[in-house]
Amino acid sequence: MPRATVRVPTPLRPFTGGRPEVVVEGENVGAVVRGLADAHPALRSHLFTPEGQLRNFVSVFLNEDEIRTLQREATLVKDGDVVSIVPAIAGGADTKARGPRPLASDAPAPVAFTHDELKRYSRHLLLPEVGVRGQRALRRAKVLLVGTGGLGAPAALYLAAAGVGELGLVDFDSVELSNLQRQVLYSTDDVGRPKLEAAKERLERLNPGVRVVRHEKRLDSGNALEILRPYDVVLDGTDNFPTRYLVNDACVLLGKPNVYGSIYRFEGQVSVFDARRGPCYRCLYPEPPPPDLVPSCAEAGVLGVLPGVVGALQATEAMKLLLGVGEPLVGRLLLYDALEMRFRELTLRKNPDCVLCSPHATQHELIDYPAFCGVPEPGAATEGVPEVTPEELRDALASADPPLLVDVREPQEWAISTITGSLEIPKADLPERVDELTRARSVVVYCRSGGRSADATRTLLGLGFTNVRSLKGGINAWAERIDPTLTTY
Amino acid sequence: MTAVELPEDLVSAMRGFAEEAYPEECCGFLLSPPQPGGTSTRRRVVAIEPAPNVSDGERRRRFVISPAELRAAEERAGRAGREVSGFYHSHPDHPARPSEFDQDHAWPWYSYLVLSVRGDGEPGDLGAFELDPERREFHDVTLAVLPREGGEPGTRL
Repeated sequence: MPRATVRVPTPLRPFTGGRPEVVVEGENVGAVVRGLADAHPALRSHLFTPEGQLRNFVSVFLNEDEIRTLQREATLVKDGDVVSIVPAIAGGADTKARGPRPLASDAPAPVAFTHDELKRYSRHLLLPEVGVRGQRALRRAKVLLVGTGGLGAPAALYLAAAGVGELGLVDFDSVELSNLQRQVLYSTDDVGRPKLEAAKERLERLNPGVRVVRHEKRLDSGNALEILRPYDVVLDGTDNFPTRYLVNDACVLLGKPNVYGSIYRFEGQVSVFDARRGPCYRCLYPEPPPPDLVPSCAEAGVLGVLPGVVGALQATEAMKLLLGVGEPLVGRLLLYDALEMRFRELTLRKNPDCVLCSPHATQHELIDYPAFCGVPEPGAATEGVPEVTPEELRDALASADPPLLVDVREPQEWAISTITGSLEIPKADLPERVDELTRARSVVVYCRSGGRSADATRTLLGLGFTNVRSLKGGINAWAERIDPTLTTY
Repeated sequence: MTAVELPEDLVSAMRGFAEEAYPEECCGFLLSPPQPGGTSTRRRVVAIEPAPNVSDGERRRRFVISPAELRAAEERAGRAGREVSGFYHSHPDHPARPSEFDQDHAWPWYSYLVLSVRGDGEPGDLGAFELDPERREFHDVTLAVLPREGGEPGTRL
């Protein structure tokens, strides 16, 4: 059993004999704090309600992180961890339930498999957990894949190969060359084609017995319930928070399991959110992070094989739900670290105050998700920011008094492309390195596509710069229109 | 603790913060020399430090000091040889009496100062309170305002 040091706040030290720190054993933070109260019973009424819940004005930190941002009381503890109890005003706690249950019942009259189908699925039929009965359940099943990118691509391939009867695909992008590093559903000849067209073709070639239904649109509050309704399982392979919350909320409202996956650089997360028997995504993350805090794959990069692992895990969970076998990842968050090559598992609990899935939920319909996630309307990110087009910049650079060019991207992006003569200052470092920009000259700030530079321009205007503009469309627009020798990304 | 001593200039500073934040509530930390054992019946507040009111609801009626902010204040106080001995906050257009909400969220041991602040510029009153260790009652404690030049405790507000 791990041993953690508990830091006792000054007001509670009279109850621990004046000791500021107490070493307590426990598997997770909840057990440690309860262990502390067991050792010093006078503390109990200050830490817990009479019902035994942590009081809402008790904040608990594991090392530097508030456990509400981790897995609350279920946050696992390692030897030597420091658990700090900090007085505060807040809310939260838990209950849970889980257990497998098949989704597709065997009610309709079974249709016999053809000779070819028996051969195709023979390795499934050999498994007692699948067999003819399970294979029929798969054939009757409908799975919706929201997003056919890094996560959706491998999941779609495996689900089609496994003989899932209907695969719904939601996406509206076209295949780009930079997708092929991880989106294994597409080939080089598909570049420029609508993803769903290429995906349908590929999946039907893989297994003609699968119906592929295309939903070539952006999922939004107006169409989500209608699109999700016919499906047994929804697989969330989205790359943005508004859609992620939308998928979660629609699944909760429709009573469907949501097989969740997410990836970031070298790390992945998988869980099954099924509000009927466990927590939903909102129990884990009631609020989205600030929009500029979480970079997308396009900004942060991702190891190509990572979504393959995570998408395959999601496909596994979807199959288990359809077959009603095994222990689904309900109430558990699986963390995968590709660099360490380590899997960890955290217990998730249903938030008894969840606005969406608790008994006293206050939200009973879909909301405006871009607004909820603080995502600016298209164009709003650069609204009010003085901009310069690539053509205007070219002319200004050729003039007698050229502007100072400031590249606010990250160092690894500088290696991909750069405009000669730029001063390289990552956006986050700008305030402290502002002295490097002479106020006398005009300044043009650029990034990849114009979003970060708009922010940086606002920062500089706020610091008293007057002649500062943001390059519209970023270095990618510059590369497309002025200097085709540069790489776009 | 049965009495809190507070220099007059800290009261003025607190009023300044309260007026600045008006019509919202202001809040902050009370800092005192550490009292090991905590058996003294007097607590001397030697400094105050404003804290951001991070209540995401109605800051006209609520204050929240984030736990991270409190931890940071405790660290700063520790380095300066002091401890966070309590909190102050303002009640815009309300008397300096603790509300039920104040009591529900109070901790034992800490001193709580409540300063009334009014929109018409008239100075409001100031009260000091503490929660008993059994969490039953949020009771009044004596507040002694020390005149500027040190000296003897002045009048109770």
